[in-house]
Amino acid sequence: MLTTEQKPLEQLLEYLDREKSVFLIGCRGCAEGCHTGGEQEVLDMKQRLEEAGKTITGTSLIDFMCNESLVRMTLQAHEDAILSAESLLALCCGIGVQATSSVVDKIVHPGCNTVSMGGRHGEWREGERCMECGDCVLEFTGGICPIARCSKMLLNGPCGGSSDGKCEVSPDVPCAWQLIIERLTKLGRLDKLERIVAPKDWSVSLMSGAASKR
Amino acid sequence: MKSNSKLEKILEGGHFAITGELGPPASANPEVIRKKAKYLRGNVDAVNVTDGQTAVARMASWAACLLGKEEGLEPTVQMTCRDRNRIALQMDVLGIAALGINNLLCLTGDHQVFGNHPTAKGVYDLDSIQLIKMVKDMRDEKKFQCGDDMDVEPRLFIGAAANPFADPFEFRVVRLANKVAAGADFIQTQIIYNVEKFAQWMEAVRDRGLDKKVKILAGVAPIKSVGAARYMQTKVPGMDVPEAVIERLKGVPKEDVPKEGVRQCVDIMNQLREIKGVAGIHLMAIEWEEVVPEIVEQAGLLPRPQVYQA
Repeated sequence: MLTTEQKPLEQLLEYLDREKSVFLIGCRGCAEGCHTGGEQEVLDMKQRLEEAGKTITGTSLIDFMCNESLVRMTLQAHEDAILSAESLLALCCGIGVQATSSVVDKIVHPGCNTVSMGGRHGEWREGERCMECGDCVLEFTGGICPIARCSKMLLNGPCGGSSDGKCEVSPDVPCAWQLIIERLTKLGRLDKLERIVAPKDWSVSLMSGAASKR
Repeated sequence: MKSNSKLEKILEGGHFAITGELGPPASANPEVIRKKAKYLRGNVDAVNVTDGQTAVARMASWAACLLGKEEGLEPTVQMTCRDRNRIALQMDVLGIAALGINNLLCLTGDHQVFGNHPTAKGVYDLDSIQLIKMVKDMRDEKKFQCGDDMDVEPRLFIGAAANPFADPFEFRVVRLANKVAAGADFIQTQIIYNVEKFAQWMEAVRDRGLDKKVKILAGVAPIKSVGAARYMQTKVPGMDVPEAVIERLKGVPKEDVPKEGVRQCVDIMNQLREIKGVAGIHLMAIEWEEVVPEIVEQAGLLPRPQVYQA
């Protein structure tokens, strides 16, 4: 099972600072098992956000948010509610956030941190998408993960080696930051990159050594 | 003044600066540094000493800087995020400042797959922008990255790189703005052969007022052979070598190509000097240091200004 923990409410409210309306999505797969994004947690989140003055334009629960085509199909039924929301909040693993980002042209806020993939990669098998860093950064990267997809794991990219949309490492590797910039440009949210992202907390990542935390 | 840097004093004094570059050997031989230093001393205001450039294991930048300092150079330590985490980087920052080195260029670093240890684990705990900010906070706030206090701060003149030719082009100025906001005092750019594109970038830089906030040194390098030019054009990521540059070198007999490369470099320097907001030149005569005196002379940049250093 992919293990997630909900991000603190204060952090989510920071993400939603500029927005009044949001569409909420939960996952009936692993996130339900972790009690971070199942039906109950989506209802709880709805209530907490409404108490904080946000309008929830709708909610949806998807069986496996790591299944991109299932996400696309399910969200089609909620088109009006999604279009009337300024953004989406996804209570699921990093794969689910990225699957949602790939089918909706709006900012998708990650509601959880992915702390372990449990050796699996969900149902979206094509390519590496989550490195279980435990401190999800998809919020400011347009739903494209620079930890999994940038060769230098840059948080303030792209480096000087980005050329024609490709990474300096190989012409077969797309530059993750090119993709991030293209997506945020399309969403009109390049402002997310006009600030400096602080050094990352690697202590919550499996990359710091599996035995150190879990 | 933020530091005891000669480069800072020259730039703040309104002089047109010129910096050079020195690559340490892939050995423990100090004579290599001493020999290269001869060509640079008195001809440039400061010398960047590379930090495992192209991810090849070489003598440490700080150590080569110290040898260069003994030879009368004003060294600039280059520091990349590829090989060291934030703990090691801060230890080195304190060490180089204590050794009397005044300049630090903060880089992300070439990826390890390009070097002679492609199976090495890349570190990249920080990126270049986070490194700049960390060093600035150490200098100006006397704080470590974790927030702990220190009593004697590293008084370093902080540099950063910019590549106007990498993609996406429109975002490059945003990235420069982030580097300036992080605390960069000076910028050294990627080698410029496409002056027109660089001028476009500088226009965007001026539009944001960044040339008033940071000293921009335009990068240049003489080309020794047509093959080297072609290699840079096709094989080096983030390099822009227009066909006309190669054509000019092809237009002279083979034995005259190095001379023509020098002339071409001087011509580019003269063009760059005319662009508003360019505060100096960063001359990278990599493994061709002996040509530096000639280039600086031909560009009319001698003698170099003298400044008082405590």
